[in-house]
Amino acid sequence: MNEWVLAGRSYVSRLLVGTGKYRDFEQTKLAVEASGAEIVTVAIRRTNIGQDASEPSLLDALPLSRYTYLPNTAGCYTAEEAIRTLRLARELLDGHDLVKLEVLGDTRTLYPNITETLKAAEVLVREGFKVMVYTSDDPIVARQFEAMGCVAVMPLASLIGSGMGILNPWNLQIIIDEMSIPVIVDAGVGTASDAAIAMELGCAGVLMNTAIAQAQDPVRMANAMNLAVRAGREAYLAGRMPKKMYTASPSSPVTGIIGS
Amino acid sequence: MTLTINGKVGQFSAPLSLTALLGMLNSQNKRVAVERNGEIVPRSQYEVTQLADGDQLEVVVAVGGG
Repeated sequence: MNEWVLAGRSYVSRLLVGTGKYRDFEQTKLAVEASGAEIVTVAIRRTNIGQDASEPSLLDALPLSRYTYLPNTAGCYTAEEAIRTLRLARELLDGHDLVKLEVLGDTRTLYPNITETLKAAEVLVREGFKVMVYTSDDPIVARQFEAMGCVAVMPLASLIGSGMGILNPWNLQIIIDEMSIPVIVDAGVGTASDAAIAMELGCAGVLMNTAIAQAQDPVRMANAMNLAVRAGREAYLAGRMPKKMYTASPSSPVTGIIGS
Repeated sequence: MTLTINGKVGQFSAPLSLTALLGMLNSQNKRVAVERNGEIVPRSQYEVTQLADGDQLEVVVAVGGG
């Protein structure tokens, strides 16, 4: 089995999925199941005060006993907000310390604010959190997060929720080549081929939400992503043939052709 | 006493423990985490935590997100 290790624990699936933007919890559950994901991201938000406690919750759809929850700091624009959010998450999840750190720069692009992310990562690592960090595709910054003690770097393929695919495979390749911690391509994947390309670059995994949740048929797209991530990984391990620029090479024998 | 819960100001009669407040908010059986005046309150301390006038509380849950 082609397992990978994250923060000391092995996983089989290399597809990590978000749980936002689904029609309801039933669709969330079916899509996550179809994706084969073992790690799911969740957001931490103020509870709806006075809401009937018997109303279904995400925890019923995706039991903590089956999935590794990855609480995120989506919507945080400062290091302080992100740190507070993850301290709450750790308490909420009984001391669970694997977290996704993202500190955003502005509401239009949701591009990461690296300065604030670095500040937050430093504090969180010191406090014992296992930090998976959403970042730009800057190899130098990725190196800094690794040196700080983050457990995974998660560079963007393109803007969050944009579905624009992998805009700079070259930078991702540099990051993957240099890191000894897992590199997870996070954000921007639009369809199955994007996920396959990310995996062919050699990254440890892909994290996505919108590409599945906003597909016309989310459950089917979750299955497509499951297959694409596995196909991409297999292709990476198989090692692709070298590209021959402007030179064809016949696949069939060149001898024994009739009439020759 | 005045408590601010998730940004909303409300009047409550003292004494009031955090456990009792969560009961009043219908959140006693939900998996929540609580921050009081910027500090996390461990779940084991809800019963013995007496709320005070002016307390600022954040009560959070896990929701779908990417």
